[in-house]
Amino acid sequence: MFRRLEGEGQPITVFVQGRPVLVREGDTAATAALLAGLASVRSTPVSGRPRAPYCMMGVCFDCLMEIDGVGSRQACLETVREGMRIEPQRGRRALTP
Amino acid sequence: MVISCDVLVIGGGAVGGAIAYGAARHGAKVVLVDGADTDLRASRANFGLVWVQSKGASFPEYQRWTRLSADLWAGFASELQQSTGLSLHHRQTGGLSFCLGDEEFDAKRQALQRMHNLFGAGDYACKLLSRAELADRIPKARLGPRVTGAAWSPHDGDVDPLMLMRALFEALSMLGVTLLNGRPVDHFKPEGDGFVAQIGERTVRAGKVVIAAGHGSTKLAAAVEIDAPLRAQRGQILVSERIASFLPLPSDTIRQTQEGTVLIGSSQENVGFDIGTTVSKTALMAQRAVAVFPDLASATFVRAWAGLRILTPDGAPIYAQSERYPGAFLAVCHSGVSLAAAHASIIAHGIVEGRLPEAVAAFGAARFEKVSHVQAP
Repeated sequence: MFRRLEGEGQPITVFVQGRPVLVREGDTAATAALLAGLASVRSTPVSGRPRAPYCMMGVCFDCLMEIDGVGSRQACLETVREGMRIEPQRGRRALTP
Repeated sequence: MVISCDVLVIGGGAVGGAIAYGAARHGAKVVLVDGADTDLRASRANFGLVWVQSKGASFPEYQRWTRLSADLWAGFASELQQSTGLSLHHRQTGGLSFCLGDEEFDAKRQALQRMHNLFGAGDYACKLLSRAELADRIPKARLGPRVTGAAWSPHDGDVDPLMLMRALFEALSMLGVTLLNGRPVDHFKPEGDGFVAQIGERTVRAGKVVIAAGHGSTKLAAAVEIDAPLRAQRGQILVSERIASFLPLPSDTIRQTQEGTVLIGSSQENVGFDIGTTVSKTALMAQRAVAVFPDLASATFVRAWAGLRILTPDGAPIYAQSERYPGAFLAVCHSGVSLAAAHASIIAHGIVEGRLPEAVAAFGAARFEKVSHVQAP
């Protein structure tokens, strides 16, 4: 569905729902989720409706995902790191000790 | 345009809304003036507690009155829910007040002892929980090392204050109450046997008037010769993202809504009519919340706001009827949510009947005559 524009960054491997996805340095976790073909990245806490990244600039909060074990991160604001684990956020996040 | 009614309620917050609702249910033709969006609107900044345990240490009637309202709340919420189809998220789960360190625990023990002496342990019913007893009541929460225990009262609970306002206005509309919003009362005075108010192009003539306009009440009440000494006290609130449920009952400083939002609140500042928020105060509030629940440090807080409590010199409500103009009533308090159930029933009924009920005889404005306009510390 999504095709990336040409870019410069070094290749980086992240894991979206456990599957490796090749992205580039400077990409965001939301980009990785879209490249991985996820139709939705979270379900809402109250009604459980599916949501996907929308504004891609930190405003709409529709791209909330669990990143490296921390819930409800704004995936469009998280720059990828080698080996990053990116999971859908299902409903409310849990607090992390 | 001239509108005639039985009861004109000036003030569309939790107090005015509940009284207008109750008066309309008692068959009165009611007009409610809601003011402008930019008004102070304490009801829209409310933390959402229906709270008894801290009320009335030096004013026994206030403790009993609040307890009565808290115990009427479930019926009030279910009545509103049935007529409007809206859930208010009301729960009477009991409420907590956390203690950090031995000093706070001892101070709480002494405070509860004083209340037990005043009201009897059975009636007041608030008791002290040890850290272990507290942990049993909130098994999903991890307590910070400094938590020594908490006070717990079975009368306490919480509600979504915005849903309360929405349901009240929905119900008012269903009951045929005329709602005038967008601007305050421009002029208001007694006339003949009743009262006349000018709201923009509209003239309202009413047999009775209820002044429930929060901080706007002092000036309006003066027109019917009721003295209403009020001061503003700012409370700031921090609001989190939605979090998996860990706190199934509210506390006076931290509560988790049924939809998962965590609210941290209860600051008290005397800063006039400034409704701004400050980093210094919210940081202190957050530090204390994290001392109680260390895992909150990982939560994202997404909003902060402030509201201005409406405080009388002794902190208790004023319910007053004008001696010179007996159709004029004043109802102001800082606990418009806790007291909404009593306002919608007992107070509204009394106003429609033309006389404040005996149950609120202690809350007249005359009690401030000696101390009028002296600012409480």
